[in-house]
Amino acid sequence: MLTVSLVLVIVICTALSIRTKQLLIAALWLAITSAAAAAILYNLGAHEIAVIELSVGTGLVPVLFVFAASLMGKQSTFLPSIVPHSLAYGLVLICMIILGAMLFATVPAQPTPTDDATSFTRMLWETRGLDMLIQGVLIFAGVLSILNLLSALRDAPLSVMTSTDPRNPKAAKSEVV
Amino acid sequence: MTISPVDAGITAVIALVGIGVCGLLLLRNLLKVIIALQIASKGVIIALILAGNASGQMNLAQSLAATFLLIDTLVAVIGLALAVQLHRTCGTLDLKQLTAMHDPPSSPPE
Repeated sequence: MLTVSLVLVIVICTALSIRTKQLLIAALWLAITSAAAAAILYNLGAHEIAVIELSVGTGLVPVLFVFAASLMGKQSTFLPSIVPHSLAYGLVLICMIILGAMLFATVPAQPTPTDDATSFTRMLWETRGLDMLIQGVLIFAGVLSILNLLSALRDAPLSVMTSTDPRNPKAAKSEVV
Repeated sequence: MTISPVDAGITAVIALVGIGVCGLLLLRNLLKVIIALQIASKGVIIALILAGNASGQMNLAQSLAATFLLIDTLVAVIGLALAVQLHRTCGTLDLKQLTAMHDPPSSPPE
């Protein structure tokens, strides 16, 4: 019953986070989806990843989305799509059917006994040590790029910030002049 | 009505990847596109754990999933920073308008 509830929560919250018009509400639905995904990961035996997903997916990422949405203010998110809806739904439905057929045919219903010769910590820090090194480099590169992006705003002249506004070109021109 | 955790995981993978890809196809707001990308990547993480569960190499699958989780979070963070900058400089997050924008032609040298 719990697993069925988790799957239902994931489907409903995911669809709502895509369909809702307000970005703040979409971030909240995304957080609930992450929590349900973490519970499914815990049920599958991936306890460490479940904890990381719960802390990052439910804590960090929605807070960043809320921060970004509050910086940008209210805006329209319900724009007509370029791809026709029937084509998109048909393609996605075909992909989901193929993916489901492949997964249900190949993944055994009962989990294979895990080889406990190497623990998760040993695997992460020794066998996959290069991955951890690259992850550290990526974290620093990400932080530096974000700082660079956000600091570039203060250096940008006013004309650059206003002259390319496509919604109000008259106001932008008058402001530049 | 009960299903096994493996079947629940497979169903969750199908739902998350399907809805995420559908969002990537249909949405035009940059922030909503990042949300759709996050949703699809959660399905990929569960699929990685399912693969480790099926092959008996759960520790390897968890280490790969940790790497993927970090990269996914970095993509979201950098995408959000880019979205903030685009909104401040261009005034819109509509992907169609952002794609149509280009620099004005440069003046010929004197």
